[in-house]
Amino acid sequence: MSTVNLEYKVAKEDFSKAGEASSAIKKTLKKLGVNSKIIRRVAIVTYEAEMNIVIHSFGGKIYVEIDTEKIKIIARDTGPGIPDTEKALEVGYSTATHQVRELGFGAGMGLPNIQRCSDEFSIESIVEDYTQVESTIYIQ
Amino acid sequence: MKVSDLVSTGEFQLITEIDADPSIKGCYIGDLLSWVMAHLEESQSWVTIQSHVNVVAVAVLNEASCVILAEGSQLDEDAKAKAEEENLPVLSSRLSAYEIAVLINRMLMKND
Ligand SMILES: Nc1ncnc2c1ncn2[C@@H]1O[C@H](COP(=O)(O)OP(=O)(O)O)[C@@H](O)[C@H]1O
Ligand SMILES: [Mg+2]
Repeated sequence: MSTVNLEYKVAKEDFSKAGEASSAIKKTLKKLGVNSKIIRRVAIVTYEAEMNIVIHSFGGKIYVEIDTEKIKIIARDTGPGIPDTEKALEVGYSTATHQVRELGFGAGMGLPNIQRCSDEFSIESIVEDYTQVESTIYIQ
Repeated sequence: MKVSDLVSTGEFQLITEIDADPSIKGCYIGDLLSWVMAHLEESQSWVTIQSHVNVVAVAVLNEASCVILAEGSQLDEDAKAKAEEENLPVLSSRLSAYEIAVLINRMLMKND
């Protein structure tokens, strides 16, 4: 298998399409015959990253690179950025509005879920500029 | 046990018009989507009061056998269309999440 690159645009506040990038990524991994436990971890990472772009950002993209050893997921948006990324990683920390919480989002578990499912994880953010979350999951 | 077995009890209404009848291997109850994402397992039924379109995405990503809306919660129109597109059975019930879980457990035990 050579390297496969996927790219999905994620719009802000578009709850009707939310989850489509994650579903498409999952379908591709299944077609490629990736192990189901790995697919499950990728699904959690991409779903949480996608929802964070929808709920908290101005919009962005999810990139996935698949090779024989690993799956790398990069979620990057165009702001507003996170002032304190340490705090954002805490379980239960969320700035989601009451409205969004009523729909079941905003448990403050998204970034912790991503971190837990990743073999390598990093988050980088500059206020008024961007947020980039990177997650690598080893296939072997 | 299949989704159709649940419907036969008379306690559930099948909202989606689809031709799939998946097996149910258990039950997970939750309304916080990140928790559900982390814990809902393949072939489980997912009992929730959330009824919007993103519920379908979470259920499909986790390969749930069906979604059961508890306490008479009603499915949004766009969610119904999406569920049918994904061939995901969605049921609704007047029963509480607890009562639904007990009923499913009793049926699963009987099947063993
Ligand atoms: N892409 C993003 N852009 C801006 N802020 C973000 C982004 N992702 C996460 N955050 C911030 O980090 C917090 C924690 O994120 P997360 O753990 O996913 O929980 P939740 O999404 O449930 O609030 C969010 O409430 C938000 O303040
Ligand atoms: Mg989140």
